Amino acid sequence: MKINTMAEMMANGESPEILFWVGCAGSFDQRAQKITKAFATILTKVGIKFAILGKEEACTGDPARRAGNEFLFQMMAYQNIQILNGYNIKKIVTTCPHCFNTLKNEYPELGGNYEVIHHTTLLQDLINNGKIVMKEGGSFKGKKISYHDSCYLGRANDIYEAPRRVLESLDAELVEMKRCRTNGLCCGAGGAQMFKEDEPGTSRINMDRADEALETGAKFIAAACPFCNTMMSDGVKNREKENEVAVLDIAEMIAESML
Amino acid sequence: MQYIQQVLFLLMAISAVFLFSKKVAEIRRNIFLGKPQDFSDNADLRWRNVLLLAMGQKKMFKNVPVALMHFVIYAGFIIINIEVLEIVLDGILGTHRLFLPFLGELYNWLINIFEWLALGVVIVCVIFLARRNWLKLKRFISKDLAGWPKTDANFILITEIVLMSLFLTMNATDQILQDRGQAHYANTGGFFVSAQLMPIFDGFSNSTLVAIERIAWWIHIAGIFAFLNYLPYSKHLHIALAFPNAYYAKLDSPGKMKNMPEVQNEVLYAMQPELAPTDAAPPASFGAKDVFDLSWKNLMDAYSCTECGRCTDECPANITGKLLSPRKIMMATRDRLEDVGKNINQNKSFVADNKSLLHDYISVEELRACTTCNACVEACPVSISPLDIIVELRRSLIMEESNAPQEWNGTFSNIENNFAPWKFSPDDRDKWATEMNA
Repeated sequence: MKINTMAEMMANGESPEILFWVGCAGSFDQRAQKITKAFATILTKVGIKFAILGKEEACTGDPARRAGNEFLFQMMAYQNIQILNGYNIKKIVTTCPHCFNTLKNEYPELGGNYEVIHHTTLLQDLINNGKIVMKEGGSFKGKKISYHDSCYLGRANDIYEAPRRVLESLDAELVEMKRCRTNGLCCGAGGAQMFKEDEPGTSRINMDRADEALETGAKFIAAACPFCNTMMSDGVKNREKENEVAVLDIAEMIAESML
Repeated sequence: MQYIQQVLFLLMAISAVFLFSKKVAEIRRNIFLGKPQDFSDNADLRWRNVLLLAMGQKKMFKNVPVALMHFVIYAGFIIINIEVLEIVLDGILGTHRLFLPFLGELYNWLINIFEWLALGVVIVCVIFLARRNWLKLKRFISKDLAGWPKTDANFILITEIVLMSLFLTMNATDQILQDRGQAHYANTGGFFVSAQLMPIFDGFSNSTLVAIERIAWWIHIAGIFAFLNYLPYSKHLHIALAFPNAYYAKLDSPGKMKNMPEVQNEVLYAMQPELAPTDAAPPASFGAKDVFDLSWKNLMDAYSCTECGRCTDECPANITGKLLSPRKIMMATRDRLEDVGKNINQNKSFVADNKSLLHDYISVEELRACTTCNACVEACPVSISPLDIIVELRRSLIMEESNAPQEWNGTFSNIENNFAPWKFSPDDRDKWATEMNA
């Protein structure tokens, strides 16, 4: 398998159909790297010509902006938009809802106009048009899966159905948590909370959410965000259920189940 | 005698409307202490929001039984106001049931409908009082409501019960007087709901009944005028502001934060100095420290809040026992704005009082707990965004006061130097790809 960077493609006089924006978690976090690799594998298998920015990619600035550091956000946005526009990027797919939201909603008025899609939407398209075909009797067939809505995908961008439709293609039994879709409970990572200790309280948000997921009796908790993935995994581990219940990204589940 | 009553009525009506208008003008002035924000776009979408969110109460219907009960009070309030029009005209002209000769049979139908609505309002208000005071629903026993806000809520419900009871009392006594052929009490036909109260008054003499009918009539209308003037001091102001608030609701994706063009330009000029205008003055301040730094929509949000607590009920920080409560953010903003308003009333223009929304009304600990998940925004039936205020205050904390938790300072410096929130070497960003390529 060969993952090309934009620089390499340019050097060969080629241009990709789509840019895969990996994001910081997907690039550096060991758990999230598996999601990145799974998604890159899917793209390669279905024959989509894609590229990454590689070392030229930088944080979108989402956590800085939400913490209140607009200067840092604007610096990162300036830098990223210079690179993206320099490569004449038109279409971006990303596995991170935070990057997705920033690229899609916040970069346009700063001069960065791209068609931005989240990987669950792309996966749904690929399944719908037959590019992704599932194996017979895949490992999730008949299993209970509960999908955790990411705030930046759901409430922020009104994407509730794509991840669920993708999961349905696994022939699994989808079970909803008591708070789902527009009422979904946050995993606790957004707004730069991921990068600091909780404020004093009676419990942790990810513990409460993991409990809600465990209550469904699902064997798999499906996430569509690397930060939700970390938070939910920590919650499940804390309840000592990590051997019975797996937290997986939708891309990982598809990569494992497709022909 | 009749003229004296008419004059008294007119005086009461004029002073009620005058005092109300004065307070409304004051609230309007307070709201426009906020920064300008342009809402001239997408008028069609905005009217649609007024129709769906305000008139249709779409968000309320997430909980159907409560929405239906609330709808009874809402519909009752609007429709019974048609009857108030007649009452006001009767008061000014010294007539009794002015519309009766014009409407004939229809009059009886209308009053019957109003009476059923009035009964509905009484029943729902009793249920709502029970929910607030005896059923111990989490959002109603919250410490956010300790003291005046709890009293305010109960006072509104009790007032509505009293007003509706007076309306039914005057109709019940009126009917007995009609049956007894008392002068001035023209035959309206039966009113079903108030007729059930007739046995209570059956034993009284005509003169006592006239007195009861007149007193109920006067207290009812005086109560309505008093309630009108209570509105602007109360959480109940949402009955008016829910409508403009829906019109001016955010139409962008909820995930999009408001851009700061002044910061955008600072960065641009730092990167491309040739673009910097020679006379560029740096902006006065960043983010919001006080109500003056928020947008006028943020401030109208504060006056529109009816303290229902649906936002706080959905807030992940609040659910897990953190200090943050989006409802309290809105209440604190209104409290600050009211204090600023009083300051202006006393001093002609605002005189610094060594206080600010940030720190004195809303604490750092509250702001720090927000995950920006938009649950509060999604939950609000009247299109309020507590999140908007939270992030504006956070901006001031970071950019004006450099007030960040130690971990965030580390995160910022990692993003700046390593281009990721963690301290990894930027050279390793595509290590995963190298591993796959191998």
